[in-house]
Amino acid sequence: MQISEAWLRSYVNPAISTEELVEQLTMSGLEVGSVEPAAAKFSGVVVGEVMSMHQHPDADRLRICLVAVGQAEPLQIVCGASNVRVGLKIPAALIGAILPGDFKIKRSKLRGEESFGMLCSEKELGLATDANGLMELADDAPVGVDIRDYLSLDDNIIEVDLTPNRADCLCVEGLAREVAVLNKMDWTTTQIDSVTIGCQDVLSVSVEATEACPRYLGRLINGVNAQAVTPLWMQERLRRSGLRSLGPLVDVTNYVLIELGQPLHVFDTAKLSGGITVRLAKADEALTLLNNQVIKLDNEALVIADDKQVLALAGIMGGSDSAVNNDTRSVFLECAFFAPHAIAGKARRFGLHTDSSHRFERGVDATLQLRAIERATQLIIDITGGEPGPITEVTTDVALPQRQAVLLRRERIVKTLGIALADEHVVDIFQRLAMVVQTQTDGWQISPPGFRFDIAIEADLIEEIARIYGYNNLPSSSLLMRSELSLVTEALLDIDRVKDLLVDRGYQEAITYSFVDEDIQKAIAPEMDVIRLQNPISSELAVMRTTLWCGLLKAALYNTNRQQNRVRLFEAGLRFIKKDGETQQQKMLAGLVLGDVYSDQWGDKARKVDFFDMKADIEAIFALTGCQVRFLSAQQSALHPGQTAEILTSDGETVGWMGMLHPNLEKQLGFDTQVFLFELDQNRLLNKRIPVFKSLSKYPSVKRDLALIVNEDVSASEIVNCIMGSAEPTLQEVVIFDIYRGKGVEEGSKSIALTLVMQDYKQTLTDTEIDAIVGRLLTLLNTEKNAKLRD
Amino acid sequence: MFQDRYPETYLKILLPLIKASSAVSAILEEILAQALQELAAVNDLNQFDKVRVHYLGKKGLFTLQMKELGNLEPEQRRSVGQIINQAKDQFQQQLETCKNQLENVALAERLAGERIDVSLPGRGQSVAGLHPVTTTLRRISKIFASVGFKVVEGPEIEDDYHNFEALNIPSSHPARAMHDTFYFDAHTLLRTHTSPVQIRTMESEQPPLKVIAPGRVYRCDSDITHTPMFHQVEGFLVDTDVSFADLKGVVYEFLRAFFEKDIQVRFRPSYFPFTEPSAEVDIECVMCNGEGCRVCSQTGWLEVMGCGMIHPEVFKAVNIDSEQYGGFAFGMGVERLAMLRYGINDLRLFFENDLKFLEQFH
Repeated sequence: MQISEAWLRSYVNPAISTEELVEQLTMSGLEVGSVEPAAAKFSGVVVGEVMSMHQHPDADRLRICLVAVGQAEPLQIVCGASNVRVGLKIPAALIGAILPGDFKIKRSKLRGEESFGMLCSEKELGLATDANGLMELADDAPVGVDIRDYLSLDDNIIEVDLTPNRADCLCVEGLAREVAVLNKMDWTTTQIDSVTIGCQDVLSVSVEATEACPRYLGRLINGVNAQAVTPLWMQERLRRSGLRSLGPLVDVTNYVLIELGQPLHVFDTAKLSGGITVRLAKADEALTLLNNQVIKLDNEALVIADDKQVLALAGIMGGSDSAVNNDTRSVFLECAFFAPHAIAGKARRFGLHTDSSHRFERGVDATLQLRAIERATQLIIDITGGEPGPITEVTTDVALPQRQAVLLRRERIVKTLGIALADEHVVDIFQRLAMVVQTQTDGWQISPPGFRFDIAIEADLIEEIARIYGYNNLPSSSLLMRSELSLVTEALLDIDRVKDLLVDRGYQEAITYSFVDEDIQKAIAPEMDVIRLQNPISSELAVMRTTLWCGLLKAALYNTNRQQNRVRLFEAGLRFIKKDGETQQQKMLAGLVLGDVYSDQWGDKARKVDFFDMKADIEAIFALTGCQVRFLSAQQSALHPGQTAEILTSDGETVGWMGMLHPNLEKQLGFDTQVFLFELDQNRLLNKRIPVFKSLSKYPSVKRDLALIVNEDVSASEIVNCIMGSAEPTLQEVVIFDIYRGKGVEEGSKSIALTLVMQDYKQTLTDTEIDAIVGRLLTLLNTEKNAKLRD
Repeated sequence: MFQDRYPETYLKILLPLIKASSAVSAILEEILAQALQELAAVNDLNQFDKVRVHYLGKKGLFTLQMKELGNLEPEQRRSVGQIINQAKDQFQQQLETCKNQLENVALAERLAGERIDVSLPGRGQSVAGLHPVTTTLRRISKIFASVGFKVVEGPEIEDDYHNFEALNIPSSHPARAMHDTFYFDAHTLLRTHTSPVQIRTMESEQPPLKVIAPGRVYRCDSDITHTPMFHQVEGFLVDTDVSFADLKGVVYEFLRAFFEKDIQVRFRPSYFPFTEPSAEVDIECVMCNGEGCRVCSQTGWLEVMGCGMIHPEVFKAVNIDSEQYGGFAFGMGVERLAMLRYGINDLRLFFENDLKFLEQFH
């Protein structure tokens, strides 16, 4: 909400600067977003009156005017505006004037005719972004007076960003009330008297939805001149409140809205059929709004209707069919109190947000309607003429908001704010806030005024004390509190440790959006059910990721498209999957590498990263947990069928996947190099083995190397598992040190060379014992895996 | 290159004939002189070894002389042996010196040959870095963990109840409009703040509670100053005696610890449905030290967090007696703090994952 500082100060004018006033508002919870001058800088412009005018001899569009500017002689000024005419009062920039944009007015000649100044439009004075001809001043504007004084342009526009609880400050009177409290000053509201009734015409008003509309006031005003001009002072105040002038009838309703905080509406009486009904809409009804939007109504929408049709969406926006225009001769003026719950959320349902709905849903003072309708009536008849009829009022007292007294206990103030305040101080704060205070032994019963919708419980009252006392004047204390030793679960590895490991191994952490492009997701994980956002920000961010690979691949592409030919990324975060109709949010850890193993360097021959480079990184992660995992050759839709491993725990549960991005996807996504990916389930990954001590052997270990010939489809891990599963008590370790294919090894077979490490706890193993062990192992390998010792 | 002037046969014949030590001395002097001369001509370890073997090896000249001692009369053996040993010792001494010299030369050569350009970069994998949001989150968590706050996480797909209703934001509340919520259906949404973790924790645990809840949050808004996803840290404390003064103390101390500076902090009344009283916290602008600049819109102040005393309605929703317990909660934007801490000027950079950006935070 934005208002004119001068307008505010016309109610209450503390002796403080604009900066101090703004600071005061901000620090009391009415945050000032900005302060802008009401008009751009200019000088030397006065009220002028066109005394006479004749055609320029050499230019069709130019007129030569004699303009009175309060000097001894009128000035000759050449003017090209179409609305210039004798008797018109306009802003006249004199020789030496400086207009916005540092534009200096000099004596000049236009097509040979001398001109001693310039007649100005609103645009030229920086008061509007566009203009259609000269700015027309009121007939009674005093010739020769500086235009800045005449229009009170030395003013500021203060924008206050109000929180939803402070609807009472959505008007100039509300802010004035607050400024008065903060400065301990008195103030008076605008004096409003009842207008003299000029006719007896009434329109019947029936309120069906009394809960939603506890009070409805309406009156006819006949014989208005809708073509009258809104006075400049009102136009200026509206402009400084961010509202454009839309003709006097609408301007008056807007003016009263800003002045008192009461939304009003005017209907063109000629367009109404029968009486007014306030009711809920029927399911099949529709309404064309003032902004030409057509909305379909339902029985949750509160509407104003006549006997024939819906006229307006109550408290939100009027309809175009019953709107006033230049030809309007009679209006029905509506001034109602709609309950906040009846309006709240309704405008948003139709994608609307209006000054009216903004106020009603936050709460308008339910005692304000009579004052507001009289104020608006007076302003309308002052500007447009007309004869007001009597007010029709329908009020359902029981539906009006009740202001209950709230108990404030003295000890709760100390307990909540950590400060004890003198009783007089507390009472003074609430009385200044227009609350009724009743003292009792342990505290006070405090009744808030009608305009405060945010005082319902004790804590609300305590906040008011804190606010007026000043948050920064309240004490601050160092934290003293109960503490208990925290639990440290050794069987869980901290994900931060894993992240650090990846960072140390050259992976850069990325953070990508949790929602991704559905097409990319479908390409990567076609078998997964997606969870779709109802209102995505774009199609690229429309479904929840079922794998972190979507984001990492996109981030990698972003970088390869920017001359990065080596990318190593990881991300930790949730993936969102549907399992048996249930949404599951799983913590994952994923990584991506592409390009050279090392960044450009001199020391080693450059080599592209491969499966086993990434596998070493994953093994390093599991080394942190001390848990054994298995890598099984597997199939995964996003990965190369021959370079995919499913990673399993020793219990056979899937921890994750790793492998090369499928060449088809590599091409489809736009990579020109191989990409390797892994994704691990954090819940399974982070299980840590708590070490159990095993006594050390005093005897030396022995190594034996073997080269085995096995069929191509027997994996290295099968051989290792077979040996380790042999139940040889002295066997400590098996290390593969070579894989060989080619000369000396039959096609379809391969040679696996490995070292066996054996050690006994009771003695040094003898050659005979070792030979026996190796012999038993070879027999086992031969039976289980058809492995033969290579000659 | 050897000119063997004393073939062993010749010596073999000669030696037994020698009766007088003086004669032996003369022969050995000659051998020694010859040996030293040859040693002097040596200029590598290879030649050195040949000379050494020639005189001292199994069949070396000095060795042979010693072997012949057995053929002498017992009374002669001692004196002749002495003479031979003297000559041999002399030669060995010289040999040692020569060896040292040769080794020194060889070492010097090796050292010269093995000289490297130490300015060249090291080999192997280089260390990468964490995302600045993570770094910032870790700092925040560490500061709070040091006084016993526990880190708790919650789901990102939330239900309406935990994200709004239980936080005293009913469906028609104007504050909902400010949350720009992403929905899946009427009751399911992406959490708009980390405050639902407050509800979930209070539902399952009893006070006293000291918790911080970091994580991703989502708002349906995207422009220069908004990304549809960002990070928050929610913190709250519930105990029997907690006042606004405690909240002020924690916030002051945290901000000073985070910025490592005795920074100016101010509290402004504000409004959140789930706290009462509520406050916004401003710090003196860290870009201009409160002088006024573009970042702080010339005000000298920067808004960094919202906070307040937990609303009785929130306690009611989780069955905690607000007469017995009180508490405070605060929430802050992690990207905002990271931007201020590291001088980042564009929010959108956080999620583009440009390596050129991320590498700056190693």
